[in-house]
Order: sequence, then C-alpha cells, then structure tokens
Amino acid sequence: MKFKIYRYNPDTDTAPYMRDYELDVEAGDKMLLDAILLLKEQDDSLSVRKSCREGVCGSDAMNINGRNGLACITPLSSLKEPVTLRPLPGLPVIRDLIVDMTQFFKQYHSIKPYLINNDPPPETERLQSPAQRAHLNGLYECILCGCCSTACPSFWWNPDKFVGPAGLLQAYRFLADTRDHATSERLDDLEDPYRLFRCHTIMNCVDVCPKELNPTEAIGNIKDMMVKRIV
Amino acid sequence: MAVAKRTFDVVVVGAGGSGMRAALQLAQAGLKVAVLSKVFPTRSHTVAAQGGIAASLGNVGKDSWHWHMYDTVKGSDYLGDQDAIEFMCRAAPEVVYELEHFGMPFDRLESGKIYQRPFGGHMQDYGKTPVERACAAADRTGHALLHTLYQQNVKANTHFFIEWMALDLIRDEDGDVLGVTAMEIETGEVMLFQARATLLATGGAGRIFQSSTNAYINTGDGLGMAARAGIPLEDMEFFQFHPTGVYGAGVLITEGVRGEGGYLVNKDGERFMPKYAPNAKDLASRDVVSRAITMEINEGRGCGPHGDHVMLKLDHLGDDVIKQRLPGIREIALKFAHVDPAKAPIPVVPTAHYMMGGIPTNYHGQVVAPYRHGPEEVVHGLYAVGECACVSVHGANRLGCNSLLDLLVFGREAGRQIIEDLQSHPHPKLLPADSAERSLARLARLDSQTKGESVAKVGDAMRKTMQKHCGVFRFPELLAEGVEQIRQIAERAAHTEIQDKSRVFNTARIEALELDNLIEVAQATMVAATARTESRGAHARDDFPQRDDQNWLKHSLYFREERRLDYKPVRLKPLTVESFPLKPRVY
Repeated sequence: MKFKIYRYNPDTDTAPYMRDYELDVEAGDKMLLDAILLLKEQDDSLSVRKSCREGVCGSDAMNINGRNGLACITPLSSLKEPVTLRPLPGLPVIRDLIVDMTQFFKQYHSIKPYLINNDPPPETERLQSPAQRAHLNGLYECILCGCCSTACPSFWWNPDKFVGPAGLLQAYRFLADTRDHATSERLDDLEDPYRLFRCHTIMNCVDVCPKELNPTEAIGNIKDMMVKRIV
Repeated sequence: MAVAKRTFDVVVVGAGGSGMRAALQLAQAGLKVAVLSKVFPTRSHTVAAQGGIAASLGNVGKDSWHWHMYDTVKGSDYLGDQDAIEFMCRAAPEVVYELEHFGMPFDRLESGKIYQRPFGGHMQDYGKTPVERACAAADRTGHALLHTLYQQNVKANTHFFIEWMALDLIRDEDGDVLGVTAMEIETGEVMLFQARATLLATGGAGRIFQSSTNAYINTGDGLGMAARAGIPLEDMEFFQFHPTGVYGAGVLITEGVRGEGGYLVNKDGERFMPKYAPNAKDLASRDVVSRAITMEINEGRGCGPHGDHVMLKLDHLGDDVIKQRLPGIREIALKFAHVDPAKAPIPVVPTAHYMMGGIPTNYHGQVVAPYRHGPEEVVHGLYAVGECACVSVHGANRLGCNSLLDLLVFGREAGRQIIEDLQSHPHPKLLPADSAERSLARLARLDSQTKGESVAKVGDAMRKTMQKHCGVFRFPELLAEGVEQIRQIAERAAHTEIQDKSRVFNTARIEALELDNLIEVAQATMVAATARTESRGAHARDDFPQRDDQNWLKHSLYFREERRLDYKPVRLKPLTVESFPLKPRVY
C-alpha cells in the first residue's frame, strides 16, 4: 500500500514535507494504526501518539485522507491510496503527526468540567432517575481526541476565544446533569459573542466524531437553555 | 552534565485511576504535588475498563462486604492477604459513593440508585449464587471513572506534568527513596524531581505478551524502576488471562456481557461452562473460565478453520439491552470482529489482561521489602498503588471489578498515609550527587549504540517467548526454555539501537526505555513461574495440577540482582473478623 505522510522534526528539518512510503501489507482486518506502526519498524523516526488502540483513549487522532479520525479504529481496507496522513489541522505541530493540544485543553478546562454541587453530600448516592441519567448519554462518552474542534472553521479562526465543539459538548454534559447546581453560572460564562456563539452549525464536528457524538445538538440545547431563562 | 531539579512534597508517577485518586487526596490537603504522566491523564489505561466497580451496596440483591471479602479471598486462591482484603471490601461502598458525589455518571435503577450487575466470582451468602455487585456506567465504567477523577483534579488544581516519562528512582545510602528522574518527552530534557514521598502508580505490563488486552503504554515502568533500584517484585508468576479478548485483535470484551446473560459456546454450539463450574457457570472467576476455554480448544472443540477460539453468544439479550447496557461492546464487536452482537456471536480467546503481582506494599500503600528485621520493612519515601502494586488483594487471581475498586481504595489510602508520614518528615533529605547517573547512562547508551538490533525486533522476541512459554497452562520444559530465552533477550535488550537520535518527541527513544522496563517484568514473571511447582489461581502447571498449601502458601519475591527468589508468608489474619480457612476452590 502507498502512503503519504506529513513529516516535520524541528530538530532536523527546516520545513515540513510529505514523505512517500510503501508497505507490503494485506489490508485484511488491519487498522490504520497497525500500518503506521509497521512503517515505524522501517523508519523509527516516524512519530505518532498511541495508547489504547481501541478507540477509547483519544491519543491517535489525525487527519486521514482529508478527514479527522482515530487511526486505531479506521480500517485500512476503507482507505483510498495513497493514504494521506497529516496532523490535526489548526493546532501547532510538535513533530510529524503530533500536535500541541494546549489550546484545546485550555478551552476544555475553561468550562469548569466538573460537577458543582455545594450541598453536603448524603450518606449514600445522590439519586437520579434512569430518565434523568439518560440525558447524559451522548455527552459523557467524549474521549477528548480533538477531532471535532480541529475540524471546526470557527475554532480555527478563534481557538483562544471560541470554546469549540468538544468543550461545549462537555459544558452541556454538566448543564444536563440533575446533580449539578451551577446552571446559571455556567450559562453566564457562555453568554458571550465568542465562547458559544461562534458556532455557525457547520456540523463538521458531527461529521468527524469517532464516537458518533453530536456537539452541534448540545450547542443547540445550550442556546435553548439561554432563551428559556430569559422568557 | 548538570541536571535541573525541582522539589515537591510528593511526586506521583502515573495519572490513571489510582494515581489521580491519590493526587486528589494530596492536592486537597494543600501539599505541593507533581503528577507525572507519559500520556495525557485521560489516555491512561484505566479508560479501557468496562464492566464495573465491585461494592456491596446491595442496590439490587442483598449483599454484604463480608461476602465480598469471602469471594475475593476465594478468588485469590487464598494467596491474597486477608487484612488488605478486609480493608478493601469494607471501604468499597464508601469510595463508590464518594465517586458518585464527584460526578461519576453511573447508570441508574428505577429507585434512582446506582445500577449494579452480576460479575464473575461475585456471589451471595459465601459463594452460593451470583449477586449484582458491579456498579456500572454502561460498559464504559473505566472511562467514566478516569474522566471523573481527572475533572476533580482540574477542580483541585493538581499540578500535572503531561508527557513526562519517569526513568528511575532516586535512592540514597540508607535505602530511602528521595524522588525520581524523568524526561520531558516533547524536549528530551531530563530533570530530577525531588520529593519527600514518591508514589508509583504506573499500571500494568500486559505488553510483555504478544496477545494482550492492554494499551501500548502498559509497559511496567514502575516495576522496572523499582527492580533497578533493588526493590523486589512480588507474585509475578500470577498473570491473569481474560477469557474474552476479541480473537485476533485482543481487544477486551467485558465479563459484563456474561453478567447481563451472555454465555460461551464451542464449535458444536454447546454451552460448555456448566461442565467446569456447575454453580457459577459462565460467571466463575476468570482463571477458571480461561482454563475451560483452553481445554475446549485443546480437545478439538474450538471454533473457526483453525479451531482456536470459542464464541461469546449474546444475541438472545436483544438489541435494546445491548444498546443500553453494552454499547461499547457493540462498537468493538462491529469494528474489530465485524459482527453485530445482536445477530451473531463474538469470536473470543483468553488474552493476557492483568498482573496480580507487583511492587510489594502493605494496605496503606507503603512499599515493603525484606531488610534488616523482617520481610516487610517499610521503604521510606516510596509508595505504590494500582496495578503496579501488590498489596496483595488479588492473590493468585483477581475478580472482575476489583481492580477499579483497588484503585479507589488504595489510591485514597496511600494519599492519607503520605499526608500522615510527611508530618514526621518535614524536610527533604539531601540528594546524592549521582542521583541522575543511572538515567543519564541509559540515555547515553542509546545515543551512542551502534550495530544493535531494533527495539521492535527484540520486543517482538520477548512477546512471542512469553506467549508461548508462560501462557494459560504452563509446561515444565517450556518454562525452563523460556527462562533461558528471556535471559538472552534481556541481553539483547541491553544493546538495542535506535536510528532516531533527535531530541523532540522521540518516540523511538521512549519505546527503547519502555523495553528496559518490560524486560524486567518478563524476567520476573518467567523466573517466578518456573520456581512455583503448584497450580494456584492463574498459575496453572501441567506437571503440578494441584494447589500445594503445604509448600506454596507463600508470596514470591523476585530480586533483579542475580535473578534471585525469596518468599514471605501470606497474611491470613484479617483486621477484625475471623480468617477464612483454606478450602478447595469450586465454582
């Protein structure tokens, strides 16, 4: 199989370049990550993050034939050749397929991604009905891989001001939790021309999410909550 | 070469479940804590845990911590320390409620309480019938737990050093641990982290095997660091093979599938577990189920053209249950086995999963080793929790859902113990002048090595050898050969060569350093397995099929120096209750 991979090592290269690779491999059941690691056996300088290799840790997000995804759950057989791999767009590249995610996590942290409930905790669990709990489905499963935010033109333009789809999905995860008591504080924080309202429902986030989550819908729900609290 | 130094009260190595639970305790106490992690915290392997956390909440069926304790002692094949097991099972409900208060999105029952499901080896009334003890967030419990703990650490303002790899322990002449050396992966810079307490929470080492449910990052880093610093590794012969890894890919399929009513079948479509465990059937403990599968395969009843796996059937549960309770499994089956589990069974095979052994600790997380006065003297300044530690609560075989529990209980307890110990040690000791020497020498060796083999090649040899020579069933000739082969591979590992010598995010260098750690674990496992001439829990010897309490009711301790073994007694006396007497183990 033929590959074209973005290479850049600030230690040794003056500028990034695309390097061609060939791998003698049957696609079979292999995932893209398996192929990358076989290439790395030939050229150990090829750099990528990896951990769980089953799509739950979010390490190996990259741009695969023009579309963001996780290498470990992308079947090799689904890819057109040459398979073109680039780092996630819009973030500074540290090296090869590895990007600096500082800005991404800064936005995630900015939404106070933790349960806020200052009541003294009960002896046992706080109760929540199955229906109330069901509101968290499609939200808590986010793996913070960054595929969505780095596919979002609004995030490309304003990564410092727009929370981005990943962060907003988590903002709604806590707004939707009946155990959380900071609803108005959370909404106040997002009531801003940039933080929430830079979302123009382009829906690239929904398109690329490897966990099939829907940040656009969550953003819509946050906007609804804002409208409701005015009327 | 001058190496920069930073000083903290505590350095925590590893940001999985146990490291972050401890870090939270320490940060909330106002201590100056550094948490080092070679990956972003939510990429840690805790994220892949699926089925649940064991706690006798009794939200569905009647339950008690004492039954949980009995199951854990029995599950451990009596090798678990009963003081630590009592401590863990008693604390279980409290740490689970605490986690719920932190925001953990547990599934719920109609009553609004935490959802619980049955799990292997967890029984009512001292082993009678399966009980719902696994507290679950669908089949993503580890993901939900890890994110919840990360979130709480964000709130507590914990100081993370992300993508820093710890290299070696710093130990002085008295044997006290004074911190670690670590390398920032992005820059290649080495730094000394001085601390009055060092907590290892580096997880498992499933990557010593070729077929493993473990993440790539599970390379036994804490164990390698401990072994190189002269600290023994305990009970390393006990490695759990999970009955249901996806055939081929090795990805985990939770026991929760069987907890929800799924079961295993052979090529004749026969549900075979009742033959091996008439009472618990498919919910017998993991060592029992893995051996049963292996026997079915060995006796010619395996599935597929090579007859080398069995099938996990769950289509009778219906699409709704699968989508609601096992959505992650559905996703894994579709992606890695190309089957829709609502329509067809999943091909599975026993797969290396969990290391029961590890760095010896007491139930406060303090590392203990033989020294002047006995086999369990505290190593000052060093603590260990989670899979890298051997408390020992899992003994010869861990029950499902007891690992997430272990992380929470002992993460919290080690945090508490450190806070207490630091009060009597208000000042850091002086670092020895050669504190960074071992690490710098390892790095210099990699920089200057020529004519060595590649890390991939040597690592591959190690994984294949472990798989063949130290699997579900262990044979005398294979073990003896395995010890010799692993020794030779260790020699080769000491001379690996990397082509990439650059500084920035050099993953080739990281993988070479990881192999240093893996090979220590592989040697310990191989040597300890060869020496133990009995079958107990996950350690099943073809030539010694029975448990031998007369000679082998003891923990093994492997020392890297001269690859020597020592032994220490099992703690059979619980904290407050009566001991559970030794019995044959039947499910």
